[in-house]
Amino acid sequence: MIGTWLDIGPTTQIEPGSARTLPVAGGEEIAVFHTMRGEFYALVNKCPHKGGPLSQGIVHGDSVSCPLHNWRISLRSGEALGEDKGCTPTIPLKVDSGRIFLLREAVVA
Amino acid sequence: MNAQSKIDTAGAERPPRERLVVIGNGMAGCRAVEEVLARDAGRYAVTIFGAEPRVNYNRIMLSPVLAGEKTFDEIVINDADWYAAHAITLVAGDPVVQIDRAAKLVTAQSGRIEPYDRLLIATGSDPFIIPVPGHDLPGVVTFRDLDDVDRMLAAAEKGGDAVVIGGGLLGLEAAHGLSLRGMKVTVIHLMPTLMERQLDEAAGWLLRQELERRGQTILTGANTKAILSADGHVAGIELEDGTRIRADIVVMAVGIKPSTALAKLAGIVCERGIVVDDNMVTSDPDILAVGECVQHRGACYGLVAPLWDMCRSLAGFLTDEANGYSGSVTSTKLKVSGIDLFSAGDFSGGDGAEDIVMRDAARGIYKRVVVKDDRVIGAVLYGDTADGNWYFDLLKKGEDIAPIREGLIFGQAFANGGALADPNSAVAALSDDAEICGCNGVSKGQVVGCINAGAHSLDAVRSTCKASASCGSCTGLVESLLAFTLGGAVESGPQTMCKCTSFTHDDVRRNIVDKQLRHMPQVMQELHWTTPDGCSSCRPALNYYLLCAWPGEYLDDQASRYVNERLHANIQKDGTYSVVPRMWGGITSPRELRAIADVVEKYDAPMVKVTGGQRLDIFGIKKEDLPAVWADLNAAGMVSGHAYGKALRTVKTCVGSEWCRFGTQDSTGLGVKIERMSWGSWMPHKFKIAVSGCPRNCAEATIKDFGVICVDSGYELHVGGNGGIRVRVTDLLCKVETEDQAMEMCAAFIQLYREDAHYLERTAPWLERKGLDWIKGQLFDDPEAVKRLARRFHFAQSFSQDDPWAARAAGDRRDLHSHMAEVRPLHVEYGQAEYAK
Repeated sequence: MIGTWLDIGPTTQIEPGSARTLPVAGGEEIAVFHTMRGEFYALVNKCPHKGGPLSQGIVHGDSVSCPLHNWRISLRSGEALGEDKGCTPTIPLKVDSGRIFLLREAVVA
Repeated sequence: MNAQSKIDTAGAERPPRERLVVIGNGMAGCRAVEEVLARDAGRYAVTIFGAEPRVNYNRIMLSPVLAGEKTFDEIVINDADWYAAHAITLVAGDPVVQIDRAAKLVTAQSGRIEPYDRLLIATGSDPFIIPVPGHDLPGVVTFRDLDDVDRMLAAAEKGGDAVVIGGGLLGLEAAHGLSLRGMKVTVIHLMPTLMERQLDEAAGWLLRQELERRGQTILTGANTKAILSADGHVAGIELEDGTRIRADIVVMAVGIKPSTALAKLAGIVCERGIVVDDNMVTSDPDILAVGECVQHRGACYGLVAPLWDMCRSLAGFLTDEANGYSGSVTSTKLKVSGIDLFSAGDFSGGDGAEDIVMRDAARGIYKRVVVKDDRVIGAVLYGDTADGNWYFDLLKKGEDIAPIREGLIFGQAFANGGALADPNSAVAALSDDAEICGCNGVSKGQVVGCINAGAHSLDAVRSTCKASASCGSCTGLVESLLAFTLGGAVESGPQTMCKCTSFTHDDVRRNIVDKQLRHMPQVMQELHWTTPDGCSSCRPALNYYLLCAWPGEYLDDQASRYVNERLHANIQKDGTYSVVPRMWGGITSPRELRAIADVVEKYDAPMVKVTGGQRLDIFGIKKEDLPAVWADLNAAGMVSGHAYGKALRTVKTCVGSEWCRFGTQDSTGLGVKIERMSWGSWMPHKFKIAVSGCPRNCAEATIKDFGVICVDSGYELHVGGNGGIRVRVTDLLCKVETEDQAMEMCAAFIQLYREDAHYLERTAPWLERKGLDWIKGQLFDDPEAVKRLARRFHFAQSFSQDDPWAARAAGDRRDLHSHMAEVRPLHVEYGQAEYAK
């Protein structure tokens, strides 16, 4: 991945099976997820359906169920799963030495 | 490169062979030498430097040595004769401290200097030490070499308490060994799941249960804050949450890092590890590196298998038969006797990845194979690892498993059995006297007999021959028997709880109680969940069922709560929240009204509205502001109104005999008492109560879950009503004479509903499904039933009447209410809160 990585803090800030938010000045708020399996993903904090805050949904496997109307969104691709159609932008993320990094170019896009 | 031309002529004697110097007498260094000798025995004069004062041994077998299952002699790979037979100079106990690349010399700690033509760095890895206060105290050990084992054995001889920090492979093996040596062991693990890099939640839970059964204490989600001392020796540890644990020895096994110090000092390119190419050559063409100290194509390995592959490629290159190394797929087995555990590849799921899960609760088996594009990409096995290598083989070869997919999870013998791969055929192949249902002792012949006699659905089979009517783990077999006996004529059974299970809500609830299931992963294992960690339908339901079954004992799982119940407020379409403070029986006061008015102004709430349940609802509060709003409301004496919960919502009242000229009883007073009794209770769905002071019913008690209508002679109690899409008027349950009787009946009815209804089933559909007669029977057939139910409700309430707002206002779970960080135009503003346990 070409670009600069933005350190957004330690992995211990997010409980497994939940998400926390990252407001971006002049950009879309980002939701950073920590799955039960211990993986991290970042998506724009907006369901493709009605814009519900995905960060507040129930995380299961590598998907999240939107708190507003229960659409299931893949944390890997941002795609709506099942019968629903739609996609939420994902932000490239890496974990290094216990800290979470997001690709700056994607964060401020 | 022509190696012969590079012979060093500076020495006094002209050496007949090229000089290969190896730094590291461990598994990688020696294996590399063995591989080279096997290809061209006469080519190199080999000198091996080792930091440890002994011959080469099998480091991964240190665990059995610690556990007393093997002796050191049994784990020696190459004894002194081997070095002699191959004319290898072993310099043991004298580590190399410097590499002079220009002069092509290495210097050891003793001052010994050795020239080289080719240098091989195989320094392995160093244990990672968490830099907490006290990490360097005597009695704090790592688990890396034989000296560490000796230190642990010395401590174990005196007995006492051991703390192992790290619940990964190494930590658990150390814990096992110390435990077998008679120490009382506590394992501290930062993550919620043991061995989370190799195991999923389900397998991790099984492992934990087994270790706990063996007497170890396992603390997950536990972060070590400091190591404590007494008289200059380790005495215990302290966790972030303040918990202190006594310890005579502390083993730090939180991970390893490539040992690169020597290479870095010599100016060789290092990142996480020493960077090597496919021939294991570093940035210096005369220096190679192999094993855990290297970084190849971005990957560092901490397992033994990749090391063999690396050594082969390295030896090929050194003998001019290069066959580049292209990285390794790894698998893991835990070396704890009596625990079978296998993990390989990627089992984190992902797009297009499908899980095939098999659980056999009775035998403690969990198998999960992850398949993508008809290829096996990962596997986790617990309890039965016989097929681990077969899955690993399928994975490494990338074989197309489509033809054997049906039977894949049953293992190699089954999958390759041709016709048996069809589960129906497998059932067909069983003999008539084969047992299908272990709980009720029903044979295949009996099940088929009862199907042929007219039981054409799962339910019908359960009610006639009782097969699968108890624990339900044979449900799949019975379904296969139905399909095989009837062809397509099977009648569909009751709906299962969700796609993760073949069990119905009733089955799950019954099993939780009968089998004493107390944790969510345990339910999923025992009841054969087909997904690793459930879905957004079953997680909240299981959380409620467990909470209801084990009051005061079960730890509520916030990750299984819908957002409203997690944030104790109602999410709105714009992502803000609405806040409803409790007003007992719908009565308020100037002080409460002032506090609400102040909150509305202070937090700029765009709207405040009177609800249908006689409360005030403050709209448009941001999740970050919720704790402050609650603190303000708490200060005026108000607590959570639970308008967000599958819980007791409100008790609506009319003014009753205190004011109303028609009132027959004190309906407001009774309403307040009922609300004080029942607030805070979690339910299958929302639960509303009303008390009307006379049959004019101004409080609309006859469309509530529980409604009281006061009459001159006492109280009519009504149940099972609701407004909503399908309005349902209540049924009259009974009539009682006193307030106390009305309260007791209310508690008993709520508890019956709590214990029997399906999650997300209001009382109205529940009552229609079960029938009013059934409910009356449960309450009235046994004269003690009401008392017993009420007692269970009050017991549960003794744990649930803490105001959840007060805890949050005091700073609990700040992570749920704050951003983790903020990206400003020029910098990142960091948040702080770590998640709570």
